[in-house]
Amino acid sequence: MTLKIVGFWILAVVLVGSALAVVLTKNLFHSVLWLALALTGTAGIFLMLQAEFLAGVQILLYAGGVVTVVVFAIVVTERLVGETLSHTSRSLVGGAAVAGVLLMVLINTLLRAPVAAVPIPFASDPTYLIGRDLMTRYVLPFELLAVILLVSLLSASYFARPED
Amino acid sequence: MSLTAYLVLAAVVFCIGLFGVMTRRNTVGILLGIELMLNAVNINLVAFSRFQGEVTGMVLTIFAICITVAEVALGLAIVILLYRTRRTAMADQVDWLKG
Repeated sequence: MTLKIVGFWILAVVLVGSALAVVLTKNLFHSVLWLALALTGTAGIFLMLQAEFLAGVQILLYAGGVVTVVVFAIVVTERLVGETLSHTSRSLVGGAAVAGVLLMVLINTLLRAPVAAVPIPFASDPTYLIGRDLMTRYVLPFELLAVILLVSLLSASYFARPED
Repeated sequence: MSLTAYLVLAAVVFCIGLFGVMTRRNTVGILLGIELMLNAVNINLVAFSRFQGEVTGMVLTIFAICITVAEVALGLAIVILLYRTRRTAMADQVDWLKG
């Protein structure tokens, strides 16, 4: 039990620290690398919540796919413009104030909300349950998702096509 | 750990992402902030799912992850297009629709 608490705190510190680095660091490229660390930390949180399948998906799709795509986009756009991208921030105080107030409200509500303290065990292996539900109860959204992915990726490659 | 701990962690990450979206000038930087916010939502979904003993939240997380991937691909395609036509990636300078 203590090991779990220590693990949670380590993951929480990594996650919050890297998330702060994503929004505060000056170099856009470093931002993306910090985002990869934050997404990997989230995969660790998923592991702690017994969502092994989602942790795998998170690392493959997010930390693998999304970060690679963003890095490619940065490289391409830097070459197009021929100079290093500036990555300055503006209205730091206002942004911090809005985000801080929202955080206060959220935490205040969360601490007062009656939530379950002890997890209810799954009826079976979560990965098995996810697969079964995807193919039965959620099969229509699942198929729609395939259409969305096809349309968005086709249109993305159309937008980014070589100039003619 | 109790459910509240996970929810508070997700709230912190969400607010950090919101801060990034509001303060970044570069379009790619704004996209990274949106990534963080969606990520926080996924933590919430999985945490609720775990504490309810019900996988619906995890299925929703799979949907959210896939839609995020589509969103990033489209967003970056638009950024590349913006560079070609305008030679900028600053969100402030993209004001063609200003009345």
